[in-house]
Amino acid sequence: MTAMWTAGAILLAGLAVVITLWRTSRARNDFLTHEQRITFETLHTAWSAAPPLRAGLVPEAAKKSAKHLRTLLGTPALALTDETEVVAWEGDGDHHAAEAMGLAADVFDTGRTRAFDITCSATDCPVHTAVLAPLTVEGRVVGVLAAYSREASAGLVRATNEVARWASGQLELAELDRSRTRLVEAEVRALRAQISPHFIYNSLSAIASYVRTDPERARTLLLDFADFTRYSFRRAGDFTTLSEELKSIDQYLALERARFGERLKVTLQIAPEVLPVTVPFLCLQPLVENAVRHGMEGKVGPGHISILAADAGEEAHITIEDDGIGMDPDALRRTLAGQVGATAGIGLGNIDERLRRCYGDDYGLVVETAQGLGTKISVRVPKYQAGVHA
Amino acid sequence: MSSTYGIIAVLVVAVGTMLVGTYGLRISRTTSDFFVASRTVSPWWNASAIGGEYLSAASFVGIAGLIFAHGPDMLWFPVGYTAGYLVLLALVAAPLRRSGAYTLPDFAEARFASPAVRAVASVFALGIGWLYLLPQLQGAGLTLHTVTGAPDWVGALVVAVVVTTNVISGGMRSITFVQAFQYWLKLTAIAVPVVFLVMAWHAHGARDLTGPEFPEFPKQTTVTFDSDTAFRVERATPYNGSGRVDGQRVDGGAEMPVGDHTVAAGTRLTFPQGAAVPHVRSIPSNTNDMWALPMRGGEQFPLYAVYSLIIATFLGTMGLPHVIVRFYTNPNGRAARRTTLIVLGLLGVFYLMPPIYGALGRLYTPELLMTGDTDAVVLVLPSRMIDGLGGQLLGALVAGGAFAAFLSTSSGLMVSLAGVLSRDVLRLRGVRGFRVSTVLAVLVPLGMTWLVGRVPVADMVGLAFAVAASSLCPLLVLGIWSTRITTTGAVAGMLAGGLPALVAGLVTISAGSRGEWFHVFLARPAAWTVPLGFVVMYVVSLLTPRKVPPGVNHVMVRLHAPENLGLRSQDRL
Repeated sequence: MTAMWTAGAILLAGLAVVITLWRTSRARNDFLTHEQRITFETLHTAWSAAPPLRAGLVPEAAKKSAKHLRTLLGTPALALTDETEVVAWEGDGDHHAAEAMGLAADVFDTGRTRAFDITCSATDCPVHTAVLAPLTVEGRVVGVLAAYSREASAGLVRATNEVARWASGQLELAELDRSRTRLVEAEVRALRAQISPHFIYNSLSAIASYVRTDPERARTLLLDFADFTRYSFRRAGDFTTLSEELKSIDQYLALERARFGERLKVTLQIAPEVLPVTVPFLCLQPLVENAVRHGMEGKVGPGHISILAADAGEEAHITIEDDGIGMDPDALRRTLAGQVGATAGIGLGNIDERLRRCYGDDYGLVVETAQGLGTKISVRVPKYQAGVHA
Repeated sequence: MSSTYGIIAVLVVAVGTMLVGTYGLRISRTTSDFFVASRTVSPWWNASAIGGEYLSAASFVGIAGLIFAHGPDMLWFPVGYTAGYLVLLALVAAPLRRSGAYTLPDFAEARFASPAVRAVASVFALGIGWLYLLPQLQGAGLTLHTVTGAPDWVGALVVAVVVTTNVISGGMRSITFVQAFQYWLKLTAIAVPVVFLVMAWHAHGARDLTGPEFPEFPKQTTVTFDSDTAFRVERATPYNGSGRVDGQRVDGGAEMPVGDHTVAAGTRLTFPQGAAVPHVRSIPSNTNDMWALPMRGGEQFPLYAVYSLIIATFLGTMGLPHVIVRFYTNPNGRAARRTTLIVLGLLGVFYLMPPIYGALGRLYTPELLMTGDTDAVVLVLPSRMIDGLGGQLLGALVAGGAFAAFLSTSSGLMVSLAGVLSRDVLRLRGVRGFRVSTVLAVLVPLGMTWLVGRVPVADMVGLAFAVAASSLCPLLVLGIWSTRITTTGAVAGMLAGGLPALVAGLVTISAGSRGEWFHVFLARPAAWTVPLGFVVMYVVSLLTPRKVPPGVNHVMVRLHAPENLGLRSQDRL
């Protein structure tokens, strides 16, 4: 029995210590002055509302941000709309949601903050007045922030106006994110269409030279050419398998060898284990094209190109190497940093950017080169990444 | 047995493995034929590679030892190890390949889009991998001990060092052609001696195993005990020896009466030809005709034990990540099915051999029943049955093959374990993370070899299979075939099935509860933990319908729609 009492006493003493420590840690807040605390709380609430706003005016995210925005304004209810409908209603009196778009029409027209009186039959409804402020992105009204309260005041109108302007800033950032994504997609589309005219001309003349002497080879080459262009122009899908990408490279090399003959020496070491790995569409073929161009340019003797794909645990390692003229490291650095006008390598910057976007900054291109000493480009790809499917 | 040839064989295998790892066996061709060649890793190559990676210590030495001690019930081990592939192919292989997942945590994430499910699956994948790696190291210790008399930990350390060096240096990752070669090496090492052993048995008069007598010493035999041993004597027998018997100092001859006896470590006893062999306490004393009957393995509920074994081995194979990934190398579904068919054939042929060793062991090396080192039967038989150089060379061949088995299985396992560790536990990516993880992945089972007692290696592998069948199998099967499984259900099911199986397994290998009525439920938990895992996962999922992962229908289309329908590129989430 005494043991139980002792245990109970120890438990209580422990609890007391914990509570005291907790109180002390809470008391730290008292070191803040009143103004500091208000600044802190306002900014903290605003900061909490920012991430969902960055997703744009979509119902799921808008609901989350509306909650924080209402705290910021301290009104009984708050609504967010996009151009066609109410995407979030936070707080009481949501039977007024249906009329919100009617009130908003005026704000969309003028682009200015307006206050309205609202009549309501329900006795306990806290909504008597609404302040609607426009959410603008690049000068265009894309939505409305509506604050509902018991009575309108100049203070509420100004506060709502400021919160709407702050939210507009976040929405503009969201728009910026979207246009960056669109830019990269556009670059990939451009890359797809970027079969060089020289390549087409050279391939066709090489094929033409075989038509009489070796019709069978000419036919094979034409089929390679057809398959290669079909793959490069394909529309669907941002990802493909390493096996598909290598197939396209194989066709490309067949065409280049028809042109260069014995001068172009290619070594391939491909571990069959990595063939089904998913890779970004057209992330290797331009590198090989680059290697052929650098490896054969300004040369009379043979040029060697080696392509290696190895299994490395949870990653696949791919290297493409040539023994040609190399690249200027500084120019290359500028290309990879995304500076326009720099022309070292075909699409290297784009491939680097796409790899980083898919797999994170650890997975960019690694290029080892110097002028006159050849080029070695290494790509690492995780075998599995959530959301990446061929 | 003479150690020289055995040591040479083990050294050759270890050094050969290192060399192959360093220089690598790569396909190196010019463009003209590379693509055709690399795209079609033929089903034969692939099946051989699966066999090479899969036939572990349990298959090479363990099964023979268990059959030798416990009789035909243990034939379910090889049957189950093989049939597991059929279940894997029928239920899991194709959807898993379409999911793009390379490890089970990958699959958990692809299917459930939940970090929690992924974390739990990672923990189980790690635990199962370690449980499976442990018997490989123990088997290596046993082999080196049998061949050279070195302490058990030496062999474990040798395998650990060779495999770690290889994996870290980037060699022998899981190269198809190396593993395929390993299968044929193992088959040769176990099958060639069998031919000679059967011929020798015939020459000795082809004695049968159907009589009502206990196994007898075929000639005057000296038994040395490495540890304290308790055994049961069924027929009073004279002996000669030195050491401590039943706590009394013994030096010279005496008669051992019927009943239980103990001897201290270091004791040497010599028994005359024809004396009945005493059985160590963990092995039931059976006459030869009783041994040859099913359900005489000494368990309390033999029928339960058999069904539990069947469930664990049939369903556990799919929980071994290094096995599943091999199927991805097949270019298409047809090749995958052909590969499975060939795997069944290759494993079937291999598994014909261990029972022969087990049966011959009762005639020629029955003293192992007295020391309990039943796993050594494969290693000891050749030099015991065939005199002179021939027997020693055959013994060396078996020892080398066994070592190859430990090395190849361990490296495949280590690679997948290191992958899970670096990605999900340490969160260190890149080469350095992989190396750190590799070292960690081998240190844990190496440490465990010191802690656990001497459990037959096939039993230990059986436990790994039981845990896999209770945790990851429900995740895979229900995850692939039901849209209603929720994240909560998946986690609950894995824990409800896997934890009891894991705890039961750990209790069995650390303490042991042999003799208690519930022993069999701990030693062979699958028959109750597997249904538990399935039921909990499904029921909890039905109770939490709001936790169905978003986009489940997209995932299902990707898992089940054939690749060439053109549906796959549009189903972005």
